[in-house]
Amino acid sequence: MIRKVQMAVIGGGPAGLSAAVAAASQGVTVEIFDDNFIPGGQLIKQTHKFFGAKQHLCGTRGMDIAQILLDRCTQHNVIINQQATVTGVYANTLGVLYPDKFEEVEFKSLVVATGASENMIRFVNNELPGIYGAGAIQTLMNVFGIRPAQNVLMVGSGNIGLIVSYQLKQAEVEVECIVEALPQVGGYQVHASKIQRMGIPILTNHTIIRAEGNEQEGVTGAIISEIDKDFRPVPGTEKYLSVDTICLAVGLTPLADLLEQCGCKMTTISELGGRVAVHNHYMQTSRPDVFLAGDVSGIEEAVTATLEGQLAGLAAAKYMNIGNPLIIQNKMNEILIQLNEFRDGPFGEKATYGSQRLLKEYSYE
Amino acid sequence: MSEDQNNLNHSTIPEFLTDILPPEERILKRPVAIIECFQEIPCNPCVDSCPQNAISIDEGINRIPQIDYDLCTGCTLCVPKCPGLAIFVVGVDKEDKTKGSVTIPYEFNDLPQIGEEVIGLNRQGKPVTPAVVKKVIVSKITDKTAVITLSLPSEFIHEVRFFKRQSSK
Repeated sequence: MIRKVQMAVIGGGPAGLSAAVAAASQGVTVEIFDDNFIPGGQLIKQTHKFFGAKQHLCGTRGMDIAQILLDRCTQHNVIINQQATVTGVYANTLGVLYPDKFEEVEFKSLVVATGASENMIRFVNNELPGIYGAGAIQTLMNVFGIRPAQNVLMVGSGNIGLIVSYQLKQAEVEVECIVEALPQVGGYQVHASKIQRMGIPILTNHTIIRAEGNEQEGVTGAIISEIDKDFRPVPGTEKYLSVDTICLAVGLTPLADLLEQCGCKMTTISELGGRVAVHNHYMQTSRPDVFLAGDVSGIEEAVTATLEGQLAGLAAAKYMNIGNPLIIQNKMNEILIQLNEFRDGPFGEKATYGSQRLLKEYSYE
Repeated sequence: MSEDQNNLNHSTIPEFLTDILPPEERILKRPVAIIECFQEIPCNPCVDSCPQNAISIDEGINRIPQIDYDLCTGCTLCVPKCPGLAIFVVGVDKEDKTKGSVTIPYEFNDLPQIGEEVIGLNRQGKPVTPAVVKKVIVSKITDKTAVITLSLPSEFIHEVRFFKRQSSK
């Protein structure tokens, strides 16, 4: 017999947990399907205090925010299925693969909060052992307590590259330098200052062109080079670094394949990180029973993922005619104000511009 | 007091600081918080951290924080609250103006001892002066961020923003 839930949520990160709590608080029965061992998504690896305003739990460390959201799920009887990989979304069912079984789950509404995958860049020997995405480094270090390296080259100076460099230093790992292809640091200046005053140089207009090493020993070094404004290496500027690990923090791409597979209208918007499902302000896709939240709707960060999750959960409750529609509408309006307030700075411009482009496509429907 | 005595001898004051630094008379009066946050980012915990309401952010949460140096008591409560670790408290000894202090947020396991001699580092991580650890605060309120006050020559209060222990590499 097929199991039935009112609302299914795919992904147990900040967006998915927030969506679940928001819907459950309106009386919806919710189940989360998360493919990891532990819920919390990327939050569980974030040892730093978060930016934001008081209502966004600012000043609290990411890992503690995960616990707060999980406690709220418990209070609202949200069921969280771990090691539950959703392999497909059909008319009104999910296919869920567990380590020991496969099951189908029927839903009335669905929130897709699958997050993002890390980008890769091209350089010679980029398949050598010892080359990691920043997320893997954080998992080893902050989830499993394993020191992942002795000496690291960080590629990318966005907030993830900066924060992971800082966390590596906290784990007593040396960070040789950070290379950034653009002429300026990508992340917040305050994050950059934190690591610069520890003596870690950030080399702008630089990239990695080659990893040194072999299959047995893994990475033994890296060659970096200055690049010109067209991102071409400048001959004669190559420099060898003796490192045992290369960490890539070169951007994220929304993990939107389930949305595409279940028939949502898709579009490509570079400001949002690539291919995304067309959706409205309330995170509803072209399939009225399917909502989305977090990085899968456009690459941003945890606070906006949380707010988008709340919107998606409330909108799904409203769609199913559960809860008081007036109260839900008021709450959604409040969250929209908070989202706009959060994005009302130079770092929110990309997300704002991206979502405006997206809304245009939505209204052409 | 002659003018000479009043002027502190600063080794280097970075350009970006000159616009926000309090007048020297103010620094001589009592320690003061310096907020090194120059980018509009969505963040405002500093505002609520201040018991004197000396810190404000205009409209919304993205504007650059402003501090009223007359209200600031230099209490250091804002130092561990800033997620960007961008707030420092600087002071000058009233009795001996060659002596100064810098309070720094610190999130590493190897906490220094009070009285320990350390090396003051500038914003690029370069050693600039010996310093002595005067105070180490770790409490529930600071949530794992230690608040460390260093004694150092007053000419370096605008330059030293980190330190390393003699024992570390």
